[in-house]
Amino acid sequence: MNGPLGIGSGRGLPLPEIEVSSFQLWITFQTGLREIWAHKFRSVLTMLGIILGVSSLVAMSALVAGMEKGAKEALIAIGGLEKVRVEAQDLPVEQRYLSDQAVGITMNDVLALKQSAPLVTRISPEMRLPATFSANGKRFRPWNCVGVWPVALEMNEHVVEYGRMFNELDDEMARSVCVIGTDTRDELWGSPEKTGEEINPVGQIVFINHLPFTIIGMFQRYESESDHKARELAKAQPASQKNGAVARNRGWGGRGRGGGAFAFKNRTVYLPLNTVWMKFRSGATFAALTAGGSTAPAGATGDPRLSSLELKISSVDLLPESLQQIRNVLMSTHKGIEDFTFRTQEDWAEQIKTFVHNARLSGGLIAGISLLVGGIGIMNIMLASISERVREIGIRKSVGAATGDIFVQIIVESVVIAILGGIAGMFTSFGLIQMISSFSPTDNAPIVTVLALSIAFGFSVLVGVLAGIFPAIKAAKLNPIQALRYE
Amino acid sequence: MSLVELRNVSKIYRLGDEEIRALDDITLDIEAGEFISIIGPSGSGKSTLMHILGCLDSPSKGTIQLDGVMIHNASARELAAIRNRKIGFVFQFFNLLPKLTVMQNVELPMIYSGIPAKQRRERSMASLEAVGMANRAKHRPSQLSGGQQQRAAIARALVNNPRIVFADEPTGNLDSHTGEAILQLFRKLSNEGRTIVLVTHDPEIAAVTPRRIEIRDGKIAVKLDLALAGLDKRPPVQSQVSLAP
Repeated sequence: MNGPLGIGSGRGLPLPEIEVSSFQLWITFQTGLREIWAHKFRSVLTMLGIILGVSSLVAMSALVAGMEKGAKEALIAIGGLEKVRVEAQDLPVEQRYLSDQAVGITMNDVLALKQSAPLVTRISPEMRLPATFSANGKRFRPWNCVGVWPVALEMNEHVVEYGRMFNELDDEMARSVCVIGTDTRDELWGSPEKTGEEINPVGQIVFINHLPFTIIGMFQRYESESDHKARELAKAQPASQKNGAVARNRGWGGRGRGGGAFAFKNRTVYLPLNTVWMKFRSGATFAALTAGGSTAPAGATGDPRLSSLELKISSVDLLPESLQQIRNVLMSTHKGIEDFTFRTQEDWAEQIKTFVHNARLSGGLIAGISLLVGGIGIMNIMLASISERVREIGIRKSVGAATGDIFVQIIVESVVIAILGGIAGMFTSFGLIQMISSFSPTDNAPIVTVLALSIAFGFSVLVGVLAGIFPAIKAAKLNPIQALRYE
Repeated sequence: MSLVELRNVSKIYRLGDEEIRALDDITLDIEAGEFISIIGPSGSGKSTLMHILGCLDSPSKGTIQLDGVMIHNASARELAAIRNRKIGFVFQFFNLLPKLTVMQNVELPMIYSGIPAKQRRERSMASLEAVGMANRAKHRPSQLSGGQQQRAAIARALVNNPRIVFADEPTGNLDSHTGEAILQLFRKLSNEGRTIVLVTHDPEIAAVTPRRIEIRDGKIAVKLDLALAGLDKRPPVQSQVSLAP
């Protein structure tokens, strides 16, 4: 009979094939965890590098994603990429001597473009009016008081909430009507936050540069999604009126460019173009009334110049061709004098892109350096760990661990540290984002994406593998005889 | 065919221009079931011989056959597999992993041979019982006496049911009383049919084995056969246990 262990039955054992099976990997993983647990403080310090790297990567991408979203929202709010503005400009140096011949942008251009520029689908002339509004015993100067055609409503993505936009008839008859943005209402009659109720100003009389106008419509309030949420939140907590005020300040404080776009729209007032021309610019009216103000007409003969044209083109892809077409038409109406310039949103879109790219690059660089430092930390600790464990490696080899087993063991330990650091880093990133937001609040809430989280996590695993390779090779190559003798 | 067949094995180290022959043309057979000691003063080459026999090292010249497999030119990976399945080591300093329990230490060789957890537990328990250490399975090595640690190490050496066990000065770090008990354990294992190679510098310890080989300057100096030893009149161990393939 065999011994208690079945001695003697092992003859003919085939030369075994050693392979790293999944269960062996699991045991190795447990060994790694035990090793990390045995050196808690050291392991946490080592992980700190990875934690910082991962959290800064996630936080950076969240902040950039938030800003990008805000900027794109604002871009859409001002009319999208298809919008082209034609503005007056000083003559180029070589044409300076012709400056008395420059006609400026006029209705003539509008008609010419309508007829001869088929790539332009919509034209909205603007005549800006420096204006002071007074009503309800208060005065207010909106940023953007312009005479326009009714088409400006669609052009600039405005939405009328109360009343109506003026129509072609109002324009033709030069009626004294206006459509205001919410800021004008807020300043003259009080905002919903202050008065506690939404005031509908439609039907009220407001004096624009001392002339009475009837308010026939008011736009909705424009704001970024995050501002909107903040305001809804403030509304839901009536006790914290202060919070509401803060959220509102952000609305037109215009810290970012995106905030500016919304604030600009809220401070817009539209008057019929003809009304502005007839009542303020033609030179025939009320010189006495306006003489004291800053809005004195340019002269007795009037000033027919428009301040700008807003054009919508058929497609962004045709932007260069469209600009060329517009330019050709305008060069002809302006007798070859280049007193105008184009403003496209493409510059802005390009700027957004560049900004996002740069922010990603610099943020990624910082995060990458942190991860690199974290990786060096791991490598360092793994090297220290294997020189402490030379004897252990010798013992493991003497009982049959192959070179590959030792290699895998060290790599797994290194990766486990990195993974734990990566997971901790993902949680830390939320805290980091909160901290950064409290230091420098932006209009745009940071957006943590799953992609950013998984990329950061993937990088931490990669760093763990890379940092483990050298120590693992070193450990695997140890001579078992010398390792066993090692004191 | 013998369990181990060494033919003209040499191990040569080079120190600069000098050539050091740690082993010089050794030819040796070890039969299955033998209890044999290799003795010699330090520096004689006995450790080198054990390392080569134990697949921890490869010879410079000569051929080695272990259990029918030629191992003198095996790859490191194959040597590791042979160490794992066919060889057990018992060391002077026990060489248990201090962070693991006795049980986990004994399981270690089976982890590298890919044996499932349930079987690992059963077999390590059986192995610990065989050395009288079953009640210490959950202890850490640091909680055990030297003799108990050496018993745990022996259990680890036996757990994968090796063809041959090498014991390198197994009593060197124990007091004489405990050392005697460990030698007694080896004798018991030998009686159960194990092939055991005892490496020592102490002729008194070597005296417990029926066969002794003395190594001096890398050569086999004296080759004692059973009759010459005259210590054990019992018939050869092979006859007691069925070792037939």
